[in-house]
Amino acid sequence: MTADHPRPPPRRRFFALGRNELTGLFWQVLVVGVVLGVVAFLWSNTVTNLSARRITTGFAFLGREAGMPISDSLLAYNPRDSYLWAFIVGVANTLRVAVIGIVLATILGTLIGISRLSANWLLSRLAAVYVEALRDIPLLLQLLFWYVLMQALPAARAAFRPVDGVFLSNRGLILPAIPLGPTQLWVLGTAVLGCAAFYLIRRWLIVQQMRDGKPRPAWPFAVGLVLALPAAVSVALGVSWTIEWPALRGFNFVGGLTLAPEYFALLIALVTYTSAFIAEIVRSGIQSVPRGQWDAANALGLRRSFMLRQIILPQALRVIVPPMTSQYLNLTKNSSLAVAIGYQDVVSIANTTLNQTGQAIEAIALIMAVFLTISLGISFFMNWYNSRIALVER
Amino acid sequence: MTAITDIPRAARRPQIGNPVLRWLRTNLFSSIPNSILSVVLLAILAKGIFSFAQWGIANAVWLTPANDSSACRAVRGVGACWAIIPEKYRFILFGTYPFDEQWRPALSVMLFIALFYLSSRRAFWRRELVYLWIGTLALISALMWGGVFGLGFVSQDRWGGLPVTLILATFGLACGFPLGILVALGRRSKLPAVRSLSVLYVELIRGVPLVSLLFMASVMFPLFMPSGFNIDKLLRAQIAIILFAGAYLAEIIRGGLQAVPSGQYEAADALGLSYWRKHRLIVLPQAIRHVIPPLVNTFIAFFKDTSLVLIIGIFDLLTTAKTAIIDPAWQQFSVEVYIFVAAIYFVFCFAMSRYSRSLEATSAR
Repeated sequence: MTADHPRPPPRRRFFALGRNELTGLFWQVLVVGVVLGVVAFLWSNTVTNLSARRITTGFAFLGREAGMPISDSLLAYNPRDSYLWAFIVGVANTLRVAVIGIVLATILGTLIGISRLSANWLLSRLAAVYVEALRDIPLLLQLLFWYVLMQALPAARAAFRPVDGVFLSNRGLILPAIPLGPTQLWVLGTAVLGCAAFYLIRRWLIVQQMRDGKPRPAWPFAVGLVLALPAAVSVALGVSWTIEWPALRGFNFVGGLTLAPEYFALLIALVTYTSAFIAEIVRSGIQSVPRGQWDAANALGLRRSFMLRQIILPQALRVIVPPMTSQYLNLTKNSSLAVAIGYQDVVSIANTTLNQTGQAIEAIALIMAVFLTISLGISFFMNWYNSRIALVER
Repeated sequence: MTAITDIPRAARRPQIGNPVLRWLRTNLFSSIPNSILSVVLLAILAKGIFSFAQWGIANAVWLTPANDSSACRAVRGVGACWAIIPEKYRFILFGTYPFDEQWRPALSVMLFIALFYLSSRRAFWRRELVYLWIGTLALISALMWGGVFGLGFVSQDRWGGLPVTLILATFGLACGFPLGILVALGRRSKLPAVRSLSVLYVELIRGVPLVSLLFMASVMFPLFMPSGFNIDKLLRAQIAIILFAGAYLAEIIRGGLQAVPSGQYEAADALGLSYWRKHRLIVLPQAIRHVIPPLVNTFIAFFKDTSLVLIIGIFDLLTTAKTAIIDPAWQQFSVEVYIFVAAIYFVFCFAMSRYSRSLEATSAR
């Protein structure tokens, strides 16, 4: 019977690939081709447009004199410095608001998150209202609102003085400060080194205790390394730690630490807005610890502080840390809203650079590079921390 | 004998007395520190409410003759000037849209709200919802632009206020959604080139602030295009928001795709469905249902983030509010305007977050 039906001729194959691999290859070539085509089209347009406007691409402009004023900066700057230095000053300003903002938002958010779980009805309702109100209003609107309030504060002569030595006026917040020179930094550096050494010694003590079961007190090392050593260095170098009190001279303040109104408004807006999100994360983290863990800890007769530190918190942190990372990243990215009120962060300085030189691609590439680096840095640190506290499965 | 400890505490202490007093004792005055806390909080709250009421109600000016802010300036510092709202609300809500035609943006806002409402009903979660979205968005475009049905043409540089905010957020979601689906599929694809392009796109967009994307759209877009070809500022910002939304939506949809059991994929393969039919008919409908609550939360975030277009000078709700108080006569009353605009944003976001929470509660059951 096979004679009546001639076999179909075997299919010819161009490649030694199956049908699936061939379709896969086709799609990849198509997608990459389309993307490359679009990029090439945009690139050729850009090159034509740039040459028509007589703008040379490249980062050579970074060496030129910036000529832009930066009123409030952490690093020394004057308008004759280069664009590169202006940029670094901008990065420092971004980091100054982001780092302090992250610390304050974490503290405030944790307090509010715990308040929401309070047995006191009034406290938990107030915390809930705080969270709802701040989460549902755009950050930029809140920022403009705080900035308007800052500008509406009385002039320096009539400044509010909530505590002696602290002034709040339309010049910003002025605090007493300890001036930090090189000698003071040496002492602080010793203290940091002491903390690191104490951390290592404590780990070694725990290893020893694991081996023979004898508890070894760690506090003498803490006192010695973290307190006594820096104190000794301070006395040896003869460092003075006098507090500088701000005072009103004429129309402005001298001495002390000044937080400019732009910086202060940005900090308040970022901290209050982010703390509302952090509060929710902390609340759900604590609620995720099963009731039985509390009961079991109570049944063992543990002290409350020990119970929170050793039983509840380690389990809650596992739920809290991953979403906290994205809140920290959000706060850092949101600090770019500074441009709306004239605080000169990296985005604002890059924007001025762009307007002055026309180097649009380079300026935006630099912004992206800075934020990607900061984001990767935060993610890296938080992933390391997360792996440290993650559940050790046996 | 030991059974006595099993009796709940409430049963041992008889429930006597006024229920209000009982509620107060358990919720506010359960212990001495708690009582002190309650008293302190009550005192602060009373003082706060009292001074706000004094400023916002008792000493406030509610109405003034048109374009006359003298009554407001008389109470400056002690009372609110709510009179600025009736004076400026048309500009804040609709920007520079022709005054006699402002029923069109108003109707568009109502259409948006109706669209959101219908999309929130479970009965409408079907394929037809896509056609409803396309139809409504087309109708809104026709209303805003005009030029058809005998409506006069209004160019988009005259649009402003609340409709612009809603357009930026809704079109961002509507166009970012298909983009997000494609990128999410690309990120889970077995093809290395497609996968790495998707990862690059998502990480690049999510790594930088929206402000820098908007700058890019307003400054660099003209450089990218052939000379002579130029599109409007609003459309450029809309493109930036769509690209931004696409990256965030892709990550959410990817989460939904991961939640679909692998048996579903295998069953679809066993039926001999092609890649696209498998995803369209089997996988995506299940994946999207999983991620509706986070989608609503992302939409709330977009809705708030559209206010960032202020920085590149597009007249959304926040920009019109900020422009309304440039008027020298009313300059000092920006706090009142900001409170009014904040209330509008709050109503939208609060309704949506309530809705997303109720969805989470029903899906958890």
